[in-house]
Amino acid sequence: MANVTLRNVRKTYPGGFEAIKGVDVDVGDGQFCVLVGPSGCGKSTLLRMVAGLETISGGEIDIGGRVVNQVEPAERDIAMVFQNYALYPHMSVYNNMAYGLRNRGMAEAEIKTRVEEAARVLELAPMLERKPRQLSGGQRQRVAMGRAIVRQPKVFLFDEPLSNLDAKLRIAMRVEIRKLQRRLNTTSIYVTHDQLEAMTLADILVVMNGGQVEQIGNPLAIYEKPATTFVASFIGAPPMNLMSTRPDEVKTQLGSNGRAAEAGILGIRPEDFVITDQTPAGGVALALTVEAIERVGAETFVYGSRQQDEQQVAATPGELPPGEVIVRIPGAEAPAIGQKIRVAAVREKLHLFSADGRKRIEA
Amino acid sequence: MQKQAIFQSRLLPFALVAPQLAIVLIFFYWPALQAVIQSFLLQDAFGLSTSFVWFDNYVELFGEPAYFEAIVRTFFFSFAIAVSSLSLALLLAVMADRPMRGGTLYRTLLIWPYAVAPPVVGVLWIFMLHPSLGVLSRYLRDMGVDWNPLLNGNQAATLVILAAAWKQVSYNFLFFLAGLQAIPRSVMEAAAIDGARPMRRFWTVTFPLLSPTIFFLLVINIVYAFFDTFGIIDTMTRGGPGTSTVTLVYKVYTEGLLGGNLGSSAAQSVILMVLVIVLTAIQFRFVERKVTY
Repeated sequence: MANVTLRNVRKTYPGGFEAIKGVDVDVGDGQFCVLVGPSGCGKSTLLRMVAGLETISGGEIDIGGRVVNQVEPAERDIAMVFQNYALYPHMSVYNNMAYGLRNRGMAEAEIKTRVEEAARVLELAPMLERKPRQLSGGQRQRVAMGRAIVRQPKVFLFDEPLSNLDAKLRIAMRVEIRKLQRRLNTTSIYVTHDQLEAMTLADILVVMNGGQVEQIGNPLAIYEKPATTFVASFIGAPPMNLMSTRPDEVKTQLGSNGRAAEAGILGIRPEDFVITDQTPAGGVALALTVEAIERVGAETFVYGSRQQDEQQVAATPGELPPGEVIVRIPGAEAPAIGQKIRVAAVREKLHLFSADGRKRIEA
Repeated sequence: MQKQAIFQSRLLPFALVAPQLAIVLIFFYWPALQAVIQSFLLQDAFGLSTSFVWFDNYVELFGEPAYFEAIVRTFFFSFAIAVSSLSLALLLAVMADRPMRGGTLYRTLLIWPYAVAPPVVGVLWIFMLHPSLGVLSRYLRDMGVDWNPLLNGNQAATLVILAAAWKQVSYNFLFFLAGLQAIPRSVMEAAAIDGARPMRRFWTVTFPLLSPTIFFLLVINIVYAFFDTFGIIDTMTRGGPGTSTVTLVYKVYTEGLLGGNLGSSAAQSVILMVLVIVLTAIQFRFVERKVTY
């Protein structure tokens, strides 16, 4: 039971590369915090700093009210699940789980109780005597989880634990991890690059980019009100459509909206579009030519290109090109390729950002 | 996918393999066969007559206490050389595996001794430890050690073991370093988080994970100590003082080439041959199974 607080945490490598540029995160007791971001954004480095596997160049990491900057990984009372599981290949499943307890001098009887309990929860009981190489990917994953839970640590750390599993197993394990965490009520920090995993697991979502935090908050709140264009395009699949407010077509429509003057970028989520000939008051309508259709059963994605007026000026440098627009429509009914359609989004569903994409502009 | 190479002529593959086969047959199988035949023959002192004596050479050999001593000595040497060079190499490899300044240079320097030919190794160590010329001998005598490997059999044996082990350290180091680097870093990190201190981490995780490498090197080192120490022994002690550094291979050489007892020498070679076959078979069996851990 512990809070994890990061205060202005920095990491600079000897070469001068700044991997983490000052991060502040506060994870409450029993909360599930997910760090999400593209490769190289520093999320794994940050997690490894919490674990004690990387040194901290600046700031403070506080676990359960104790600053652990100089504390050995073993003394931080954390358990970590690695991407490649990092099981001890020469030890049986039982010994893999018991190793950490033996190192701490726990009595064999107590170890046995804990390991068997974990094995029961994780459905590993029949394979306690097997070696890791005799297990499937999902089973190895569960052993890695078991090794973490038998320790009953203050904090669980997960470093992309599901990325080596196939899609179906990944979803199943995702649910398992969430259920387990709820039941044990242990503070957890989870690193992933998969925004779906991030959305479904997190109590608090931390979106990272280039060593900095872009936004922290409840996943749905982030989804509904992304703070920057980076968050807007990273969270949600398919990503939010971002377009410049410069083209006359958009500008004129936003003009009646009252906040277009400040905004440089307009964002609309694919599911917020409706195919219609009407333009809702204060909303935005776009004329598209259908380029491609993706039918996935319950929904269909329409990829359209914006029609350009011939007299319209080409995008100035720094402006988003008048590119592709993705529209999500329910069901399998879809316009034909090459067809010209009009799509519209209501005023409440528009996201406006400053021209550099770093600031959200509220109505 | 077509896995077989396609040749225009059916003879071409044979022609391509022929040089290799010829070398193996002429330089390996032919002498081996000769040794087997020779081991059943007995020549008179002047080489005028040769008679077929069946297993007499072998029977005589095993009745000879000196041969039995040579067997024990060879096994002792092998064991001592293997254990000392393996443990030193492992220690060095563990040290070199850590990230450090100048690590590449350190690793390169450690590999150099392997390029030194065994007789040169012998000469090198003799220079350092010769009773009257050696640099180190002076210090040893200053410390009160009565150091004279030319007269003291045990000291001569120590010297041979030392030189032979030193030469093999590089080779072992290379394999250990590769073995250590093959252990995923995350496994060591997991062990660190699991509360294992460095020494315990080494004995409970690193060492067991290196066991296939250790086993492989053990066999290689034993074979090395059996055969490749010839050059070292010949330059350093010539088997002496007395017979205190005569190994099985050195005995084959002294009795056959120097003593002219071809029959007995051949019989000893055949016994050595059988030993090598057994060692190699053991190795292949285990290496193929990759030593389960």
